Amino acid sequence: MAGKTLFDKIWDAHVVEAVPDGPQVLYIDRHLIHEVTSPQAFAGLEKRGIPLFRPQQTIATADHNVPTKNQHLPINDPLSKSQVDALIANCARHGVELYGLGHPNQGIVHVIGPELGITQPGMTIVCGDSHTSTHGAFGCIAFGIGTSEVEQVFSTQCILQTRPKTMRIKVNGSLAEGVGAKDIILYIIAQISTSGGTGYFVEFAGSAIESLSMEGRMTVCNMSIELGARGGMIAPDETTFAYMQGRDFAPKGEEWAKNMAFWKTLYTDEDAVFDKEINFAAADIEPMITYGTNPAMGVGVSQPLPVANGDPSFAKALDYMQFAEGQPILDQEVDFVFIGSCTNSRIEDLREVAALVKGRKKAANITAWIVPGSKRVEEQAKEEGLDKILAEAGFELREPGCSACLAMNEDKIPAGKYCVSTSNRNFEGRQGPGSRTLLASPATAAVAAITGKITDVRKFLN
Amino acid sequence: MEAFTTLISTAAPLPLENVDTDQVIPARFLKATTRAGFGDNLFRDWRYHADGTMKEDFVLNKVKGAAILLAGKNFGCGSSREHAAWALYDYGFRVVVSSFFADIFKNNALNNGLLPVQVSDGFLQKLFAAVAADPQQKIKIDLENQQIAIVGRDEAEGFAINAYKKHCLLNGLDDIDFLISKKDAIEKFERRALA
Repeated sequence: MAGKTLFDKIWDAHVVEAVPDGPQVLYIDRHLIHEVTSPQAFAGLEKRGIPLFRPQQTIATADHNVPTKNQHLPINDPLSKSQVDALIANCARHGVELYGLGHPNQGIVHVIGPELGITQPGMTIVCGDSHTSTHGAFGCIAFGIGTSEVEQVFSTQCILQTRPKTMRIKVNGSLAEGVGAKDIILYIIAQISTSGGTGYFVEFAGSAIESLSMEGRMTVCNMSIELGARGGMIAPDETTFAYMQGRDFAPKGEEWAKNMAFWKTLYTDEDAVFDKEINFAAADIEPMITYGTNPAMGVGVSQPLPVANGDPSFAKALDYMQFAEGQPILDQEVDFVFIGSCTNSRIEDLREVAALVKGRKKAANITAWIVPGSKRVEEQAKEEGLDKILAEAGFELREPGCSACLAMNEDKIPAGKYCVSTSNRNFEGRQGPGSRTLLASPATAAVAAITGKITDVRKFLN
Repeated sequence: MEAFTTLISTAAPLPLENVDTDQVIPARFLKATTRAGFGDNLFRDWRYHADGTMKEDFVLNKVKGAAILLAGKNFGCGSSREHAAWALYDYGFRVVVSSFFADIFKNNALNNGLLPVQVSDGFLQKLFAAVAADPQQKIKIDLENQQIAIVGRDEAEGFAINAYKKHCLLNGLDDIDFLISKKDAIEKFERRALA
């Protein structure tokens, strides 16, 4: 019998029951919730008159809708305030731990799960947010769900799911200087499209992936959804275990040893068979930038934009961005730089940006926002003096939240303006109505802030 | 959830690929705490100018009363927001036809009685052509027989749907009732997994 993939091992261990000719009842270890996709699910529970089944396996935070300035004051926007207030009331009523505004553990749901040690190898984790795939970096099955599915998990700690197919994407070799995790995932998406992973759960492997820090691995897994994949995952190894040790909710003492024995079984067997395998060479990857209105519309910074070949969707995207087919993207002037989101707002990202902008000033035409992923990231940045370096370079360091990644709060890029963003989506209007987003790594975003235009970070380093 | 059996309706054509859920319902309209009323902001930034006036060229401002949305491949990609399915349903759509759907959107649609019908690229082009030639062209969707047809023409195609989900839609049942009926098995699983 063929061996098992990492995905198979975890999935099989969580199947409660299989429906004939249908989906499987999958047990969920951790359910993360936030203010935007939970209120209707709480209302559903109350309509049925049933309690939340396993509140101790549910963790809440407020992130999508919160202001990133003056979080100690009441929220100005009445609709945002009512949604955050509803979360507070619902969590209190159902006994759910809430890391809301003002709490030292508050932050973007996909940043706080790992940093608190809630996310652990071998678990199933869901959240009403597509970037739940982030947690797969620890060797978990983690995926985003809709609100009806949030209600399923509230009611039974289970979810009905059709078993996805498996795919392995290997990236082998060494990355060039100036090329990082974000470039890897933007490159993969550009190669296989935003639907190339649909129907699959992806395991990322290969020496370039193994060499990444946990922060880098989270960036890669975070954007698996941008391939259309249900989720992405990376087998846990010494890098994973070193990251987890000592975290608030990580197992301690004897429990740690017991868990380590289990975690070390979490790898894909040599003879396991994937439904699909794709291989890339790290040496082919250069710093990436997107030019269009979906994350697959990306090129290496030194490349010209492709030509439309009569594709109306492509032409519509270029018209929205006000770019011409075949033009270079290098030296394109931009207006905003946004460093943040569940993709790139961790301490390593802030350190990288600070190292690049230290002793320099942002260009006069640039507004630069840096929004840490959590209160803990914010505090650590201050402890390390990064806040001063960033302030001297003209960056505005804000308070944690999803912010201009999806512009639900007041952090919006004005219509027609270009923003180099470390977030995950460049859809029309994603960062505010009429805004134009160019997705990039924190390094590429940092140098764009200094020069005021799209710049090759490799040249900047020399 | 309302049951779905057969639908005969005109269709609104949106021949664009990779329509993401941020277009279906932009994030700034996700602040409600109930499921009602999202239809008003369906395709908001494609339907309206920034000043609130209508964009005359957008399909929903030209075609009224259609319960079927025809869309290019990879419909519903991006954010997992179920509000996208709620907005389509609230506006009056009961079926979305495309040659490919994003996974989470497909689940969300099925959980709300909105039927995603996946057809071949070739049949999708026939549908677009038929609706372009005659905006009053009726399309018939028969869930029991898993068939989509261009009414009055000899053009039809079968579509796939999970047998369990088909049963749920035909009978207006939702997953939560089913899962709640499995409580004993779930608790047994917990005792075994924690042992």
